[in-house]
Amino acid sequence: MSPRLVIDHLSVALPRGADRALALNDISLTIAPNEILCLVGESGSGKSTAGRAIMRLLPPSVRISAGAITLDGADILALSDADMRAVRGARIGMIFQEPMTALNPLRTIGDQIGEVFEVHTTLGKAERQARVLDLLAEVLIPDPQAAARAYPHQLSGGQRQRAMIAMALALEPTVLIADEPTTALDVTTQAQILKLIRDLQHRHGTAVLFITHDFGVVAEIADRVAVMQSGQIVEQGPASDILNQPTHPYTQSLIAAVPSLHPTSRAVVAGPVALAAEGLGKTYGRKGWFGSGRVTHAVRDVSFTLHRGSTLAIVGESGSGKSTLARCLVRLIDADRGSIQLDGQDILPLSRRDWQRHSRKIQMVFQDPFGSLNPRRRVGDLVAQGQVLRGTPRPAALEKARELFARVGLDPEAISRFPHEFSGGQRQRIGLARALAVNPEILIADEPVSALDVSVQAQVLTLLHDLQQELGLTVLFITHDLRVATQIADQVLVMHNGAVVEAGACAEVLNRPQHPYTRSLVQAIPGRHWTPPVLSAGAG
Amino acid sequence: MPVLRRYCRNPSAMLGLVILLAVVVLALSADQLFPRNPLALAGRPLQWPFASPRFWLGTDTQGRDIAAQLFHGARISLLIGVVATSIAIALGILVGAVAGYYGGVVDEVLMRLTDAFQILPNFLLLLLLIAVFGSRLETVVIAIGVVSWPAPARLTRAEVLSLRHREFVEAGRLAGLRDLRLIFGEILPNALPPVIVYASVVMATAILLESALAFLNLSDPNVPSWGNLVGQGRAVLRSEWYVCALPGIAILLTVLGVSLTGQGLNDALNPRLDEQ
Amino acid sequence: MLLLRFALQRLVISIPSLLLILIGVFILLQFAPGDTVDALLAQIGGGDSTLAEQLRQFYGLDAPVTVQLGRYLWRLAQFDLGYSAIYGKPVAEVILERLPVTLLLMVSSLLVAVVGGVLLGIIAARKVNRWQDTTISTLALLFYATPSFWLGVMAVVLFSIHLDWLPAGGLEDIGGGLHGWQRAVDIARHMILPTLTLGLIFLSVYVRIMRAAMLEVATLDFVRTARAKGVSENRIVTRHILRNALLPLVTLIGLHAGTMLGGSVIVESVFTLPGLGRLAYDAVMQRDLNTLLGIVFISALLVIVVNFMVDLLYARLDPRIRAKGH
Repeated sequence: MSPRLVIDHLSVALPRGADRALALNDISLTIAPNEILCLVGESGSGKSTAGRAIMRLLPPSVRISAGAITLDGADILALSDADMRAVRGARIGMIFQEPMTALNPLRTIGDQIGEVFEVHTTLGKAERQARVLDLLAEVLIPDPQAAARAYPHQLSGGQRQRAMIAMALALEPTVLIADEPTTALDVTTQAQILKLIRDLQHRHGTAVLFITHDFGVVAEIADRVAVMQSGQIVEQGPASDILNQPTHPYTQSLIAAVPSLHPTSRAVVAGPVALAAEGLGKTYGRKGWFGSGRVTHAVRDVSFTLHRGSTLAIVGESGSGKSTLARCLVRLIDADRGSIQLDGQDILPLSRRDWQRHSRKIQMVFQDPFGSLNPRRRVGDLVAQGQVLRGTPRPAALEKARELFARVGLDPEAISRFPHEFSGGQRQRIGLARALAVNPEILIADEPVSALDVSVQAQVLTLLHDLQQELGLTVLFITHDLRVATQIADQVLVMHNGAVVEAGACAEVLNRPQHPYTRSLVQAIPGRHWTPPVLSAGAG
Repeated sequence: MPVLRRYCRNPSAMLGLVILLAVVVLALSADQLFPRNPLALAGRPLQWPFASPRFWLGTDTQGRDIAAQLFHGARISLLIGVVATSIAIALGILVGAVAGYYGGVVDEVLMRLTDAFQILPNFLLLLLLIAVFGSRLETVVIAIGVVSWPAPARLTRAEVLSLRHREFVEAGRLAGLRDLRLIFGEILPNALPPVIVYASVVMATAILLESALAFLNLSDPNVPSWGNLVGQGRAVLRSEWYVCALPGIAILLTVLGVSLTGQGLNDALNPRLDEQ
Repeated sequence: MLLLRFALQRLVISIPSLLLILIGVFILLQFAPGDTVDALLAQIGGGDSTLAEQLRQFYGLDAPVTVQLGRYLWRLAQFDLGYSAIYGKPVAEVILERLPVTLLLMVSSLLVAVVGGVLLGIIAARKVNRWQDTTISTLALLFYATPSFWLGVMAVVLFSIHLDWLPAGGLEDIGGGLHGWQRAVDIARHMILPTLTLGLIFLSVYVRIMRAAMLEVATLDFVRTARAKGVSENRIVTRHILRNALLPLVTLIGLHAGTMLGGSVIVESVFTLPGLGRLAYDAVMQRDLNTLLGIVFISALLVIVVNFMVDLLYARLDPRIRAKGH
């Protein structure tokens, strides 16, 4: 069977002043009918550019400098603008990453899906509306009538993405380009969307180019895989080959960085209790002016014990309350009910001044590498701040900052630089240094690696592990990713809608989940049947 | 600094800066070039510009040198612009930062206050203040400042609101920073750039407001304001229209300079991706 | 209906602000160097202190301030704006005579500013950085920097004095005895220059906002999605960009309601139109505090009403606002 889409020695040039000359450097790939090709790479690899180049939707300053793209034998790059517009949406469909911003907030879903028919066909209004409803039913949106009349903000993230898929597949295109469509979704929603894409693809025989950075997703749905690094394709082939016997060193390092789902055997830690929470609750309530009150239970009756030296992972999706819980523990938010015992002392009723004395013992590392450091302060000052406020003279605090920098793997002289001069992974190291500066006993890490590339993620996790061993820290690790939790934690707490639904040792919870929600969470892990191979030679 | 370089590459921004500097030069050189009191009788009234070598830009209805008034008027305009803007921005930042940071009842009350100042037409309020407190220059300047604070307040509040929940603020709180230091040390330095740029808009409005007051004979008559000149010239509009035209051009150019500079600053601080 | 409920909520929130204004202005006027009776006595050529005291009693000016304030607020709630000592008529009557002219001026200026601003803004955005954009943007900047009174005065010089195309001032030719359609045309001729003077300043602001908004919205994600569907550029502008770009403009109209009313003071002065703005100026000069208070009240009400309509319009355009409800 002849391939649907052929990219032949394509190069895309960036404008002068960019960090490299070519966004895409001589890449070639083909997609056969009825197959899913996954294009994998980290940020900056050029994978999104490839997708946009096929649609000829590159920004004005970026141009295709060499090569050819053919769709069913016809040269796409030679088409006029009008002809290309006829191709977009009708013969090539595309779905994007952020469903909230990818839909026009001021127009209804039905309107926007119907627009595809308006632009490419001569169907009448009634006919269009009927087709829209059929499409919405096919993508399994509950109550298609209501959804068609709804605006994007009235639907959930998963439903919006289904609507986008309906829009892209409306005219049964030959090729579907999916640019990280599930990255912004919860794990359970992601599983549903991946299944939907695969089912639709089988039914219509569409050739799919699926762009992603997540090897779990690749393992879940790919037929063939192409790996990109710095604008070049370093390896491509059938999925089973690439996933289990990667040959290129870069692919090998990427796969080595994927956290495995088999918990490493860890010694049971049974030391004294470092932190104990009992019946914690936090409620947000609003009395509207005209009687519309909305009450949210962000945290509901949460209890756990944390032994000194152990690592507890708190796993949950967005809205589960895990971040609120973390902030309650360090009194950034004041819980409404319950108690928090820190070294035997209940810290909730403490006054601000008393808390100031105790807060040294429990510190936090934040999620957003770009938002957690004040852009206008030097990083050395940021690290030293906690100590200075607790009485340490400034020169001593800065000296400690230098030591910490060395320990987290940064140049000690870099303390005089500003945050924007560091990469994402480096900023998280600075965040770690800041948290460790006051010698805490307990470290709360709120999704510290979620915003990082997979390879950098592995480095930071290793660093965290080493520091924990060295300093005897107790770690509370918050994440939405069960893989990461399994790799680093002894015990895990699963949260859903503000309450703890299951707790126990990682291996137990992962292999024998009791609660239905935990089961659905475990089943939703993409590629959980694939075990990343342990590679010896050349692995990063 | 990249900001400075971007600014210098922007032609309209440089034009604005040049105009502004020219006005400053005018103001500074007023005493050297026109040492006598500009509001004193100098010659025959209503002489046309370029008609007499002594009065390049002619004389007004009371025989006063127009050029002298223009030069000395530059001082007044700049003074009013800077002082009134400082008052407005200082008040605005204070109210906006407190409202944005504390939220809740404090925010509601301060916002109702801001609304009150915005619902009442600012020129009417200006008239009221002048009516009650008089037309001395100090009063006029303070009144303009008092009338102009709501917009900077809203802008500051919006910025503070968006920064309040950022993680670096939480980190600061965790380190032990108290509210006041958080607001002034962590949040405001990041919130202020758009407000500072907005100061140029406030300054332009302040100059326009004062000249409008002067036109209506409600500003300080003992001061060589450009607006005063325009107001005088109304009486002789049919024949000696230059008495109105010249000071108006001066006002226009000054406001233009201020606006272009502000816009240039804004563009330099927020470069857009398409400027490659 | 959700739309109405949202706008009503915002209306209710304005009431405390209105009260703040009224109380604040009332207290402010207590600091004024002279009161209504002083001005009245000055008008009738002086009088002795007994007369002054009798007058004060008559007008209720001898009561303590809080009592006066209470009485004043109570009367306002009944729309009783008091008596103008200067004009010898109830304040409400004086204001009602002048209100239509100001409303006419404001409505026509707003129309010119909005319609012109939106159209020119769209053109400037579509032809960004080309000569159309440069011309429009430069002119907009120039008009923005021009003092409104100077623009009005120069317009009179050019169009009335030198070219004699349009009248120099006033609302209509008195003594012309025109009725019906002819009268309307005459008024329209007189209103052209004032409308343009007031409208052009705001037009220049709206052009720049519209242009910036259109350029900003064009970079948003959903525009990229529309392109990926194969939608043509023209359709993208009309069906996707335009409505989204209008939102900041609509907000601005509400914020400018008060400024426009203030601008009418100047324009009515330059063109000697018998409107509220001129009335305010006269009231200040003659210390007619009752009238001044009445004008403040009516102006505030006017601004609140305009904001209410703007809120309705905004909620109509943006479905997200109706859901948030605050």
